[in-house]
Amino acid sequence: MANSTPEGTMRLEVFRYFPEKGEEPHFQTYEVPFRKDWVVLDALNYIKDQSDGSLTFRWSCRMGVCGSCGVMVNGVPKLGCSAFLRDYYPNPIRVEPLANFPVLRDLVFQLDSFLEKLKSIQPWIVRRDGEKPVSDGEYLQTPAQHARFKDFSMCINCMLCYAACPVVGMEPHFLGPAAIALAQRYNLDSRDAGREQRQETVSSHDGIWQCTFIGQCSAVCPKHVDPAGAIQQAKLASTVDWFKEVLWPFGGREKR
Amino acid sequence: MKPDVRTIPANWWLRRSPPWWLRRRPYFLFMVREFTSVFVGAYVVIFLMMIRRLNEGQAAYEAFLASLQSPLAIVFHMVALAFAVFHTVTWFHLTPKAMAVRIGEERVKPALIIAPNYAAWAVISAIVAWFLLG
Repeated sequence: MANSTPEGTMRLEVFRYFPEKGEEPHFQTYEVPFRKDWVVLDALNYIKDQSDGSLTFRWSCRMGVCGSCGVMVNGVPKLGCSAFLRDYYPNPIRVEPLANFPVLRDLVFQLDSFLEKLKSIQPWIVRRDGEKPVSDGEYLQTPAQHARFKDFSMCINCMLCYAACPVVGMEPHFLGPAAIALAQRYNLDSRDAGREQRQETVSSHDGIWQCTFIGQCSAVCPKHVDPAGAIQQAKLASTVDWFKEVLWPFGGREKR
Repeated sequence: MKPDVRTIPANWWLRRSPPWWLRRRPYFLFMVREFTSVFVGAYVVIFLMMIRRLNEGQAAYEAFLASLQSPLAIVFHMVALAFAVFHTVTWFHLTPKAMAVRIGEERVKPALIIAPNYAAWAVISAIVAWFLLG
């Protein structure tokens, strides 16, 4: 924790929920020291250490890498470790669990649905003719081939994009931004041959066509993955597929 | 997860009031963008009605054109034009998201993807103007 001197105090209204008590969730107000170099996660840890040990939240690396500390800060999905108090001071801030997920306790939500969606798009390299023996050497890739998918591979699974997407809230089965961006990451990889398998999920009713292009998934992404771009690019590629199948002689298949 | 633990359903956020699209400016602008398509659609209906009147003969067509001179029709056209421009411009500026054009390792700058949309708009408008006015 930082050693700077406090320059006043700041009020945090934190979402509290105790499943064992059978009561509705409520907001609890805490006063924390305001320090210029403090982030929301520092404030939450201060509360847990100094005033209320029952406050429950997830965190790990506190440096924007692990993706565990996602919370709603004044209604906007943020990593708790990257949202500075100084950007809100002197106004109070309201901290809630990420939207569009079931809440287990306080700021901790249930992420099972997200993990299922991630798995469903087969986020691994699918080889065309099986794995070649090690003695045959590496699968080489040029910098240009790598650049095609690099941005989409930066995802840390923080789920901020799911919290920012109203479609995820309205259509719980929607694959969602991060899973589709990851599918696109593998589809664009020159070493991969799994696109056709993934299309069954990605281009299904619960896939890319649910997206109405609100674009907030990309706006809140701490790693600049641009899932909204990935989804629109996948829509474009699927549309090209359809035109090939319907209009091209032999369904354009010999080209694949 | 233990079955006896009561979780808050995932839609707790959406169920709140005001509706989600009134809570934040980007959501609201998205709704405006979607809503403007209603006016684009309404204008298409008027256009189809015009073609039908044209098919019915000169008198019907001229009566239809006269009805478009009413203040209400003029106000509608101005509103529809403003919304159609908003709709068009917002979508033009989203095209770089959908089109990832690469030259080597570098992605082509978004402005270079947006610009041809405006160019095509200008050229097509010029052709239409030439037809109508020329």
